[in-house]
Amino acid sequence: MARMKFLCDADRCIECNACVTACKNEHEVPWGINRRRVVTINDGLPGERSVSMACMHCTDAPCAAVCPVSCFYTTADAVVLHNKDTCIGCGYCSYACPFGAPQYPQTANFGTRGKMDKCTYCSGGPEADLSAAEYQKYGANRLAEGKLPLCAEMCSTKSLLAGDGDIIAEIYRERVVTRGYGSGAWGWRTAYGETVSV
Amino acid sequence: MRHTISRLSAGSGLVLTSAAVAMAQVNPTASSVNEEALLRALQSGEAVGGRVSIPNTDAGALIAPDNQLWAAMQGTTLPTLSIVAVLGTLALLVLFYLFRGRVRIEGGYSGRKILRFNAVERFAHWMLASTFIILALTGLNLIIGRTIILPLIGEGAFGTLTAWGKIAHNYLAWPFMAALIMVFLLWVIHNIPGKIDLEWIKQGGGILKKGVHPPARKFNFGQKIVFWAVILGGAAMSYTGFMLLFPTEAGSAADWQFYQVIHALVAAGMSALILGHIYIGTVGMEGAFDAMGTGEVDENWAREHHSLWVDEVKGTQARNNARATPAE
Repeated sequence: MARMKFLCDADRCIECNACVTACKNEHEVPWGINRRRVVTINDGLPGERSVSMACMHCTDAPCAAVCPVSCFYTTADAVVLHNKDTCIGCGYCSYACPFGAPQYPQTANFGTRGKMDKCTYCSGGPEADLSAAEYQKYGANRLAEGKLPLCAEMCSTKSLLAGDGDIIAEIYRERVVTRGYGSGAWGWRTAYGETVSV
Repeated sequence: MRHTISRLSAGSGLVLTSAAVAMAQVNPTASSVNEEALLRALQSGEAVGGRVSIPNTDAGALIAPDNQLWAAMQGTTLPTLSIVAVLGTLALLVLFYLFRGRVRIEGGYSGRKILRFNAVERFAHWMLASTFIILALTGLNLIIGRTIILPLIGEGAFGTLTAWGKIAHNYLAWPFMAALIMVFLLWVIHNIPGKIDLEWIKQGGGILKKGVHPPARKFNFGQKIVFWAVILGGAAMSYTGFMLLFPTEAGSAADWQFYQVIHALVAAGMSALILGHIYIGTVGMEGAFDAMGTGEVDENWAREHHSLWVDEVKGTQARNNARATPAE
């Protein structure tokens, strides 16, 4: 089995937000929930870079470490998923996550957040693969269909890469060597404890 | 014609060369942001961030590595401390019981009763006590339930139980705070530390040896410690709990995390303290439970543990009786 990861090559990202739109459409994500978003650092200044960020599916995921009901689990592809039937909407995972991945359908005060929602790496949830219940709670399950996450698949500049960590790291490494620069594999150090060395 | 072409090609060559020189001079990444540099420059509690085009500006926080520190705290340190606080206190109480046994009324029951806590005092105490016990159990469940209860009843049942527990925790916090204020107003006057408490400390509260009974008024020094720990601890729990319930009031994520850690630490301390309080009010001491049960204690119990208070009450009674007696 592969160790699935995301890698955003910020030197290619043009902040078109198509990954965000594709994600919302593919999973019919409710209004106000952003499983993926694009952050522009040093916006308007020379050398600004945009990074598309979602759940990084961490090794030793901090969300799973703090969840009071242990609703998180890691799949054989190393994707971090959660069970919405167990989730109590306490919000702890959102304070543990370094990437702001956990999202809630309601306002945050007085414990009325509702069930947490986040990027599933387009691989659904604990329900039966490709079932109606799975789609309703977690969205599409492209991995079960043999496809990779849509955000990366339709990225027009191939900035956002998804796939086995070793393979996408090698693609990124080749790019950096060929063009002579790279702003880093954003989030890797924090999520996986190691970055792509060039 | 050929000359023109050669001149043109020479000219274009010149243009190409100068373009190459210009490219070498302008490094397209010279001022580019770099993840490693940004992470290195990060102050504690900060996040690498920027601008987002969605309404939620908080989503501009891209990478907040310190959230992992809180995750380790909440995931490992706090559960360990909570278990040690509760089980450690229980173990100490068992040892103490084996060593000292039940503190008996040395004079035996006299059969005469003195009113120690009236209905209002008992109502305030039991409102505080019942809400505290539910808050403590549901709070403890959030920290260590997944280690202890989840394997016993399964994920589905545990999720339902904890969801109800969360609702109970959020709503019972308010009667807890109301009772805390009531208890403070009712008893603060009796809990000001005084000179008499020095004697109580010198005699170790009289709890270690039989036949030792330092004088005390309505509350002895041990009870005063419990009172102030409950008031101050309860106030800390209320304030931090309010911040946890209203995270938009709490400030940044780092502030919320700080309140959460304080909330859990004070809760562990208070749970240990209250276990001791429950012990001495029930199995640990004969006759003690009546004070909060019926509100009336046996006179011999009162004379042994609150001698000066008995004198005060009796004195008042005697005066009242004297006043009530018609002049002849």
